Amino acid sequence: MDIKQLKTKSLEYRKTLLEIIYNSKAGHTAGGLSCIDILNVLYNDTLNITPDNFNLLNRNRFIQSKGHSVEALYTVLCDQGFFKRSDLDTLNKFNSHFIGHPTRKIFGIEHNTGALGHGLSVAVGMALAYKMDAKPFKVFTLLGDGELSEGSVWEACTTASKYRLNNLVVIIDRNNLQISGDTELINPIEPLDKKFEAFGFSVKKINGHDIASLKENFNANTMDENKPNLFIANTIKGKGISFMENIVSWHHRVPTKNEYKLAIDELEVEIDQNG
Amino acid sequence: MDNQIGKANLEIFAETLLQEAKLDNKIVVVTSDSRGSGKLVPFGQQLPYQLIEVGIAEQNLVGVCAGLSAAGKKVFGVSPSSFLTARSLEQIKNDVAYSNQPVVLVGISAGISYGQLGATHHSIHDFAVLRAINNMTIVSPADNFETAEVIKQSLNYDKPLFIRYGKKPTLNLHKKGQKFEIGKAIVVNQGDDIVLIATGETVQRAYLASQILKKGGLNSTVISMHTIKPFDKETFLEAVSNAKVLISLEEHSIYGGLGEMCASILSQEKISINFKILGIPDEYMINGSQSEVLDHYDMEPKKIAQLAKIMIDQ
Repeated sequence: MDIKQLKTKSLEYRKTLLEIIYNSKAGHTAGGLSCIDILNVLYNDTLNITPDNFNLLNRNRFIQSKGHSVEALYTVLCDQGFFKRSDLDTLNKFNSHFIGHPTRKIFGIEHNTGALGHGLSVAVGMALAYKMDAKPFKVFTLLGDGELSEGSVWEACTTASKYRLNNLVVIIDRNNLQISGDTELINPIEPLDKKFEAFGFSVKKINGHDIASLKENFNANTMDENKPNLFIANTIKGKGISFMENIVSWHHRVPTKNEYKLAIDELEVEIDQNG
Repeated sequence: MDNQIGKANLEIFAETLLQEAKLDNKIVVVTSDSRGSGKLVPFGQQLPYQLIEVGIAEQNLVGVCAGLSAAGKKVFGVSPSSFLTARSLEQIKNDVAYSNQPVVLVGISAGISYGQLGATHHSIHDFAVLRAINNMTIVSPADNFETAEVIKQSLNYDKPLFIRYGKKPTLNLHKKGQKFEIGKAIVVNQGDDIVLIATGETVQRAYLASQILKKGGLNSTVISMHTIKPFDKETFLEAVSNAKVLISLEEHSIYGGLGEMCASILSQEKISINFKILGIPDEYMINGSQSEVLDHYDMEPKKIAQLAKIMIDQ
């Protein structure tokens, strides 16, 4: 998929994400908007995880450790054909499997997440298994920045480094906000690059909304072959909707009817401009 | 039957797993600096590529186990039961049980095996917390036979499984030809009026108590309820149907374990029986070796027998 097509996808995904959150009256709006470009490039360009190969053991894998941004993941998986668009209308409804965090009850979800600080250890286990068998598959995982206060994340880093898991790719959605405010005021995590480098990772800071840059960086040929790779993807929480960007309350706020309309209008304009 | 002392269940586990892992390289052990205490040094020496060492990081151990399992390995996470089931409880709940990864979590030195090392090292909460987690099977083998069998059967068990045992040699309780099945209790011996139900290393205490009772002319049934969950209600109900006295024994808090499970079934089935739960009471536990502490809390065989006699006369 070329860059222009991917950019259109990102805008369409934002519309779907807002629509399903608006309709279900619940969801993690702004964090989904900060990571949707990353998910877009991963699923449309990098991972080659499809409904056809999902049940196979031997394939690339993706764990969304920041499980609360599930609406973004559902949006992308739906577009990949893992389930019907109408299934998403059941989001958060009684007896629906489409709940507020990823669950393997949904075709396409790799691992159940929601409690933070779990995904990296599981990704490390998967990467270890592939490495033990000399299989050429990679394991990608997406972590939030607030999540990095969890000690288990750093435990997992030590194992990734010890076993030189060059088939592990960690992406940090560095949007600088968590539920109570600025990450550096809640519990400072900087300097992130130096921390992860000290823990044995090859670290690169990237723009988490620049589709071309994401596509290039997630390409296997550009990664360090001797270490686990980690991208600090600088993002904007609420990205793409002017009145949501960098506003902490949009962490899990649902747009009103008027806000929803304004947001969709903004995206439509962008879609037109993108051609 | 002669009272024959076997090996520690810990050793049987390690020997059985090494044998099986030599035949199947999908078997992987994950340790948290626990290969020595888990008797897995020979495993690490002979099959170094099938042992992952994560250091003293139990949360990570359980997550890594889940990932290995998802990618096709048959995984045994081995760590002291106290740390494995408390520190990593959320990983057990989410990454193993809820995510339905058929990981085998092995809680070594369980119960009060660590004796004088104190409350930080005891796991008298593990049945209680894991019972409340959906999709967890909990097995506490009594002797070498049950330990070897549960390890062998765990290889083809397609659900999350927790196994716990201690580190002292145990009595060989079973006759040749005994069958073992996860979820199916074993009746060690059959009697009339008294039922002694136990799990793990307390089964041998129940067995020795039944021998004392027999000398006094009282026959008793001894049940090894090796699987705490799913609970074998059928065998339990059959055993208590004609009995007058029931005593449960466990190396666990009296809260949330075997005894309370029995009480729950009895009350809901409207069965009235003279029943006593033996276990570790809800107090700062007395200091001592495993054996001393179990004796102290009325699980010494002669005290169990005395209690049964008193209860039968009530």
